[in-house]
Amino acid sequence: MIEIINLCKSFNDHMVFDNLNLTINTGETMVIIGRSGVGKSVLLKHIIGIMKPDSGQIIIDGTDITKLAGKELDNFRVRFGMLFQGAALFDSLTIEENIGFNLIEHSNMPKGDIRNRVAECLGLVGLKGIEDLKPAELSGGMKKRVGLARAICMNPEIMLYDEPTTGVDPIMGDAINDLIKNLHDKLKVTSVAVTHDMVSAYKIASRIAMLYKGKIVAVSTPNEIKSTTNPIVKQFITGAAIGPITENEEGEGGVR
Amino acid sequence: MLERLREIGQKILVFLRYAGGIWALFIETLLWTFRPPLKRKHILEQMHKVGVQSLPIVFLTSLFTGMVLALQSAYQMQRISATMYIASLVSLSMCRELGPVLTALVVAGRVGASITAELGAMKVTEQVDALETLATNPVKYLVVPKFVALFFMLPILTVYADFIGIVGGYMVGVGKLGISSSLYLRMTFDPLVLKDVFTGLIKSFAFAVIICVVACFQGLNTEGGAEGVGKSTTLSVVMSFIMIIAADCFFTALFYFAF
Ligand SMILES: Nc1ncnc2c1ncn2[C@@H]1O[C@H](COP(=O)(O)OP(=O)(O)OP(=O)(O)O)[C@@H](O)[C@H]1O
Ligand SMILES: [Mg+2]
Repeated sequence: MIEIINLCKSFNDHMVFDNLNLTINTGETMVIIGRSGVGKSVLLKHIIGIMKPDSGQIIIDGTDITKLAGKELDNFRVRFGMLFQGAALFDSLTIEENIGFNLIEHSNMPKGDIRNRVAECLGLVGLKGIEDLKPAELSGGMKKRVGLARAICMNPEIMLYDEPTTGVDPIMGDAINDLIKNLHDKLKVTSVAVTHDMVSAYKIASRIAMLYKGKIVAVSTPNEIKSTTNPIVKQFITGAAIGPITENEEGEGGVR
Repeated sequence: MLERLREIGQKILVFLRYAGGIWALFIETLLWTFRPPLKRKHILEQMHKVGVQSLPIVFLTSLFTGMVLALQSAYQMQRISATMYIASLVSLSMCRELGPVLTALVVAGRVGASITAELGAMKVTEQVDALETLATNPVKYLVVPKFVALFFMLPILTVYADFIGIVGGYMVGVGKLGISSSLYLRMTFDPLVLKDVFTGLIKSFAFAVIICVVACFQGLNTEGGAEGVGKSTTLSVVMSFIMIIAADCFFTALFYFAF
């Protein structure tokens, strides 16, 4: 279980989280929606401990990750897999070295076994035969999928996806949704996914949380959220140009 | 007036933060260097990049420096008919001063800049964050191999530069100024004591640390996309140049008064 308690974070004078609270149950897929720039990626980075909050706690199975550092944090992170918004593949390494990074760096697994595991992960994201290419030789969508393959390579207990289907064609996007669903159904992976893609959100989510102005303004199941009465959530999921979100923005010169 | 004071105060704070950051990275790098496992493969790769690939440019700069040094001093020495002392002048200045400093500056420009650009690009594309999520410390993985490689390769490059500079002087002295070969060689090595080469080497170890830590610090603290990478790279080269010259001044004074 991931409990985020009273999380606050500002960059210089720009407040991103203002006493944010959210609980993600073990084995569920929590989808986080919200406008561009509200801090969805920053929230994922806090959960895995790359960014430290100004105040507040993030308690994962009883351990406060915001208090960990060094070796303890590294040991903890082995349980995570994270897909970055921009894939964040290592350009100096081949695709195989990227996906098998953890196995190569932190295990004594023989080369042949690593290669097999890499091919298996690539297969899961619908790619094959690109092990020896460099990231620069791939398309944006392929990079995203390689990033996903790297994240799932170590069979993590907790997966963080930053816009898994953005930049991927609709057919492949659906395959990725299926993959996320599979990880959830079969392996009981606890997942946090950030997305703008409502179709994907409805498909993969156990629950959907909306982040707005530094707080979680609504948490509900996909079915409930479709019939929501919360005007902010309603405007976001229907994608209307007129509504409380855009009105407030005009009044305050933008939430940025 | 108060405004002015505040501005100065802020500048001092920025400077202190910078110096503190560099110092902290240096200590962290040292700690990780002595914590196994060290990746042989990464270190050898870096040694090749830092050392072997710098040989041509170090060759050219020190050869020309040796030649210029000989010619320039000939201009003076000929008047007092002391041309044979050119040999000693070249060998001493190369080993004590120019070899270490020139090599460090060349390497800071070539290697330091590329380290900053590489780490900076990794930082802005979140690759450094990705390393952390893969339970790998960026200092251990990225900085330590470069540190070890520079620490051993820069002194080797320096000895090489000393030698090539002396060869440059020899070419001018024997070829152009008509000093006999045996006399030139004797005048080169007679006044040269171990201490001269040794103090030069101590300097180059210090320069290696400066180049690596400054370059890595700038790289890992890059912000703001491609533009930020450009800025960091420039700043990295400028800062290491300044620090190399300052450290050189310090060491020269130290050796002068201590030995
Ligand atoms: N390292 C940083 N330094 C300063 N400000 C930052 C940093 N990272 C993020 N921010 C700020 O935090 C805010 C949230 O950024 P974030 O990347 O989380 O947005 P997002 O919700 O993921 O948006 P998108 O959907 O476009 O990816 C932005 O306003 C951004 O300017
Ligand atoms: Mg984002």
